[in-house]
Amino acid sequence: MDLFLQQVVNGLSLGGIYALIALGYTMVYGIIELINFAHGDVYTLGTFFSLAILTLLGVTGVVTGPALILVVTVTILGAMILCGLTGVIIERLAYRRLRNAPKLAPLITAIGMSFILENLMQYWKGPSPMSFPKVIPNPTYAAGPISIQAKQIIVIVLAVVLMFALQAFVTRTRLGKAMRATAQDKDAAQLMGININTTIALTFLIGSALAGAAGFVSGVYYESTWFFNGFAAGLKAFTAAVLGGIGNLAGAMLGGFLIGLIEAMTTQFISDQWANVVVFSVLVLVLIFRPSGLLGESLPNKV
Amino acid sequence: MMRAAPLRSLTAKIPPLGKAAIVFAAAMALPFVHYNGAFTNFLVTAGGFVLLALGLNIVVGYAGLLDLGYAAFFAIGSYSFAMLASPHFGAHGIHLPFWVLLFVASGIAAVFGILLGAPTLRLRGDYLAIVTLGFGEIVPQTFLNLSQWTGGPNGIGTLDKPVIAVAGLFAFKFGFDPLPFYFTVLGLIAFAVWLKSNLRESRLGRAWMAIREDELAAAHMGINTTTTKLAAFAMGASFSGLAGCALAANLQLVSPDQFQFNVSIYVLAMLVLGGMGNIPGVIVGSLILSALDRLILPQGTNFLHGIGLNVDLTSSRFLIYGVILVAMMLFRPEGLIPSGQRKAELHAAEIDKNAAAHEQELYTEAVH
Repeated sequence: MDLFLQQVVNGLSLGGIYALIALGYTMVYGIIELINFAHGDVYTLGTFFSLAILTLLGVTGVVTGPALILVVTVTILGAMILCGLTGVIIERLAYRRLRNAPKLAPLITAIGMSFILENLMQYWKGPSPMSFPKVIPNPTYAAGPISIQAKQIIVIVLAVVLMFALQAFVTRTRLGKAMRATAQDKDAAQLMGININTTIALTFLIGSALAGAAGFVSGVYYESTWFFNGFAAGLKAFTAAVLGGIGNLAGAMLGGFLIGLIEAMTTQFISDQWANVVVFSVLVLVLIFRPSGLLGESLPNKV
Repeated sequence: MMRAAPLRSLTAKIPPLGKAAIVFAAAMALPFVHYNGAFTNFLVTAGGFVLLALGLNIVVGYAGLLDLGYAAFFAIGSYSFAMLASPHFGAHGIHLPFWVLLFVASGIAAVFGILLGAPTLRLRGDYLAIVTLGFGEIVPQTFLNLSQWTGGPNGIGTLDKPVIAVAGLFAFKFGFDPLPFYFTVLGLIAFAVWLKSNLRESRLGRAWMAIREDELAAAHMGINTTTTKLAAFAMGASFSGLAGCALAANLQLVSPDQFQFNVSIYVLAMLVLGGMGNIPGVIVGSLILSALDRLILPQGTNFLHGIGLNVDLTSSRFLIYGVILVAMMLFRPEGLIPSGQRKAELHAAEIDKNAAAHEQELYTEAVH
């Protein structure tokens, strides 16, 4: 039982990272019905940007006091802005022209973008895994039989805060309303005076910025990274988005935490080499039996 | 264009079967252009990938189902062969003949195609892509994990070589020279091309293309979309079983790392480059990428090392595949050598636009 509770904590913190990535998948799918394969790599890019910013700041170890807040804020904002811009550039270069093409075309393009990003990151930092500095002091708190690390709390809190901020943005602001309108019906939205291109670019900006935040957090959490991280993480986060109901922000969050839990439990009680198999089996099973996900509505076939 | 025209009028006089025979004869002669083991081995591998590309082309090119886990079927075919033609099981192992296993392995791969397809084929296109991707991740990982049956990360080695024997009269065992393998692969490709060119014009082939264009409309025309799509999956998978046997027997080894996601995308890039749905296009695309991957990039790296530049071009291969996928989709989605029909479909919007502009002109003329 103690082991189980401990894995709940581990799973939720893993899930926080997946949830942040899943938000980007679900936003982009919600608005242009594209599985943005490159999104997982944008997340890895977030870790790389964070690493570069920390190097610029001269941070190599634990920072304390007011400096910690400054360093974390600068790094996370920097990673979010850079990743957001990357997302916008990818959309502009690769996806926009294909918005009305047969559906397979943008999907294949997205896979190509993913390969390109991975290869560019490999040029940048080399093909082997590298360590990420321990920036945040990481005391361990004991809560009864289980122990919680500070960084686990940070991951979970950050994921939840960003999700609520996003939810508020989408439901309360004019731009958010424009996004929802575009997702529902592009042509009608355009007739209502909404600039479709800007709105879609904004979606990519926000989704990719969240992936950038996830990238920073994952660097802090795993204390290592490499260029190929994004493939498996992206696939799991996509699984999370589908599990929760694609296009649904709260669903992406729920799915992310569930996938984190499933992975942690499999690692603990079966074996870590089966973790990926179990997660991807969940993906296949959800798509077969409940393609609309836990919180999603079922979509009719578009003619 | 001006220079291509006379050539085209020349080739137009040769019947299709004659053209195929000329290409086949040229392919037979190819290993002797530069006769050594390494080059022939390259040709065998390239041929195996032509088979894979032809198989994936049924699924993606004809039926329009994006399969991102095609390497899984390739893995299943290869492992089927490896388990049934090696000293791996029991005291002496199981040693079924290669020629029988060609059928067995492609049959097993087809069965898995149906098993994966039956529950998933009703999914929308992009969901199907993701499910196949997940399947493509699960299969090699499972082969890796079930080490008591599959040899784990080391895979299964010392596979049997094919033997051609006439009972009591003579027996020819394939040796270290890959040339007999090359002719075997060539024979398989010829068979595949023959089968596919007949399939495309058949009722089934036309049903596939109808589904690719508009599934809903196809269903309303009375096509049973589920069984038709299942047939595409099974047929595509069975081709990868053939390729799996041939490549595994030549390499004499199967291991999980031969069947990663990259392989699925590599084969997909062959289709995208050459022209989805068009047999010559697929073959050419496949040969270009094989040559790039196994001849041009390694040789180029050697050349650059020779002139003192320490650049490893082979590490850029995935960048190149990525650029191919993106650039082709953006600028030439029909591929280098498209089928006329596909080209027309993909440019339908432009044609419509031109027609509309033309109508507009006529209208303006009429008004004035």
